Amino acid sequence: MTEGKHPEAPVSEPWKDPHATPYIRIQNVTKKFGDFTAVNNVSLNIYQQELFCLLGGSGCGKSTLLRMLAGFEEPDGGQLFIDGQDMAGIPPYQRPVNMMFQSYALFPHMTVQDNVAFGLKQDNTPKSELWERVKAMLEMVKLGSFASRKPHQLSGGQRQRVALARSLIKQPKLLLLDEPLGALDKKLRESTQFELMNIQEKLGVTFVVVTHDQEEAMTLSTRIGVMNAGQIVQVGTPTEIYEFPTSRFVADFIGSVNMFQGRIVDEDNDYVRISSDEAGCTIFINHGVAAPPSAALAVALRPEKIVISREAPADTTENCTHGVVEGIAYMGDVSVYNVRLHTGKLAKVTQPNLVRHADTINWDDHVYLHWHAASGIVLTV
Amino acid sequence: MSRVGYLPLGDRLAMSAEPLVRTLVNIPPIRLLLNFLGRFAPGGRGLVILVPYAWLAFFFLIPFVIVLKISVADQIIAQPPYSALYEITEKGYLMIKLNLSNYKFLLDDALYWKAYLNSVKIAFFSALMCLIIGYPMAYGMARAQPAWRNVLLMLVVLPFWTSFLLRVYAWIGLLNNNGIINNILLGLGLIDRPIVMMKTDFAVYVGIVYSYLPFMILPLYTALEKMDMTLLEAAADLGCRPFKAFVTITVPLSLPGIIAGFSLVFIPALGEFVIPDLLGGTDTLMIGHVLWDEFFSNRAWPVASAVAIAMLSLVLVIMFVQNRLQRRAEAA
Repeated sequence: MTEGKHPEAPVSEPWKDPHATPYIRIQNVTKKFGDFTAVNNVSLNIYQQELFCLLGGSGCGKSTLLRMLAGFEEPDGGQLFIDGQDMAGIPPYQRPVNMMFQSYALFPHMTVQDNVAFGLKQDNTPKSELWERVKAMLEMVKLGSFASRKPHQLSGGQRQRVALARSLIKQPKLLLLDEPLGALDKKLRESTQFELMNIQEKLGVTFVVVTHDQEEAMTLSTRIGVMNAGQIVQVGTPTEIYEFPTSRFVADFIGSVNMFQGRIVDEDNDYVRISSDEAGCTIFINHGVAAPPSAALAVALRPEKIVISREAPADTTENCTHGVVEGIAYMGDVSVYNVRLHTGKLAKVTQPNLVRHADTINWDDHVYLHWHAASGIVLTV
Repeated sequence: MSRVGYLPLGDRLAMSAEPLVRTLVNIPPIRLLLNFLGRFAPGGRGLVILVPYAWLAFFFLIPFVIVLKISVADQIIAQPPYSALYEITEKGYLMIKLNLSNYKFLLDDALYWKAYLNSVKIAFFSALMCLIIGYPMAYGMARAQPAWRNVLLMLVVLPFWTSFLLRVYAWIGLLNNNGIINNILLGLGLIDRPIVMMKTDFAVYVGIVYSYLPFMILPLYTALEKMDMTLLEAAADLGCRPFKAFVTITVPLSLPGIIAGFSLVFIPALGEFVIPDLLGGTDTLMIGHVLWDEFFSNRAWPVASAVAIAMLSLVLVIMFVQNRLQRRAEAA
């Protein structure tokens, strides 16, 4: 597999260095609630200063994993190490970890500054230093003038920033964030995402973020761990996860995808030819695949990697199929076309709207879909 | 649709489906008149509020005015045993007689203010004991499995299925010199003489705390149950130990429940008559008992009414303070 490069890739990628010591070591951790296995034999290493996202649908065990790191749940099996220290039996109030809760969990009877000061008060920080740090922290999250308000007098975005300030005030080496942007509207989310990344860079904290929102995970993280049914199915940088998913689940979960069932008809070290009845054509992929010949597999094609046109492309023998436009969703920057292929399968294609007043493709047009030989992702599981 | 209800009558009728009504109402003077008249007609909202207001007026306000009237009358030997508030003299004058000496009497005779003070003392410590016993119970209930909560709640309310009076009588059987408790202790050889519990302040406290405990538990439970448990997790996460989190988070957040429960025990305990009468001794001086004596033994209706009015004033002051505290606690 070729290595995908994150556009803003950090200078170091400690997970590639076999000698690097992970900051968090999760070893074969299992957690059961009655008969239900919430986390199933998960092993994972997270390194210092990473912004690691645990991504998955609801009930996939991502929150339980986070709560085990915070100490609110004890694992039924396996071990958790933070900074080399075994966390077994260590209560939450003694862990070097702070958490930002999904509901923010602000103390409703305390003012903003008392909420933020709460953590420092537990350490008996001297008064003068305490209020200085609280003030500086409130300035950083741009809430300086709201210090003496109560949480119920704040907007959702402001509350979220109080929660962030409260979880950062003790300068934890590890910050856990549970769906940090879940309750915010889209605009506010985007600005907060960048704010979070700035804070992470400024303070050098290791972040572990739990989210069900793939867009959030893609923007924020250095690496993503995709979870399904209590297990981690893939760990990688956002680019790796998006461009090189290793399973149908990941390909389908992250972004949209067209999945064509097929089987290998011709292969060599540097190419593979797959015949797909669903796609209605032969798919040529310009790299080798580690799959037994004639095994049933799927080719995943991202909608934006398919070119749609009314005219037939020069070469229609491979990586080209055709169909009729059934639906168009105009999104402004891009348009999404639903094309009913001649095989009966529905394919999704996105195309940027580069020109205004263009002679665009219409409903019921007969169109050709074609793609580059490097675009198809072969998935065997 | 709901917005239509707030429109003046004329504007509302202007939206009528009946063309004739619409035409008539759209004539400006008629519409203005209807809008004006509509203000005086009782609307649906007015009718709904009218019922509880009428109830309160008939059964609380009017009796209160009667008691107030009797408290400023003279005690006379007649039927009823008090003088009239006003009479028309032979010359046609209206004569109103306000006799304030009943109130002065309350201040002069030490019996009354001692009884008041003792009532306040007993009510206060009873409420405090209810709080001490009730808080852990309510806390346990609020933290129990959701399936168990309703069962526990029902167990708290269960004693109400038996008459209050019977339950207080049952305590006589428990606390008597040859009652169950003394017999068990004697049988076990822990004591060789029965402990005198009946006819003491102790028995009164036991009776009040036992009878009013549910009134403390229920508001406490409500306050604790609606508390967000992640707040305690957040506190622990910030380095706060469980006991300190209880003091700094749980207790302040349950303050409205504490205030409500305290008042629900304190106010009725203040005027309690049955429990001190049945379980207390002759030296257990409580204002409810004094009032009963004045009314039935002495037939001093005016003085008894003055005692009642004074007690009511005390309760009003307490309720006012409670209301202020509650509002402040809830705003927090």
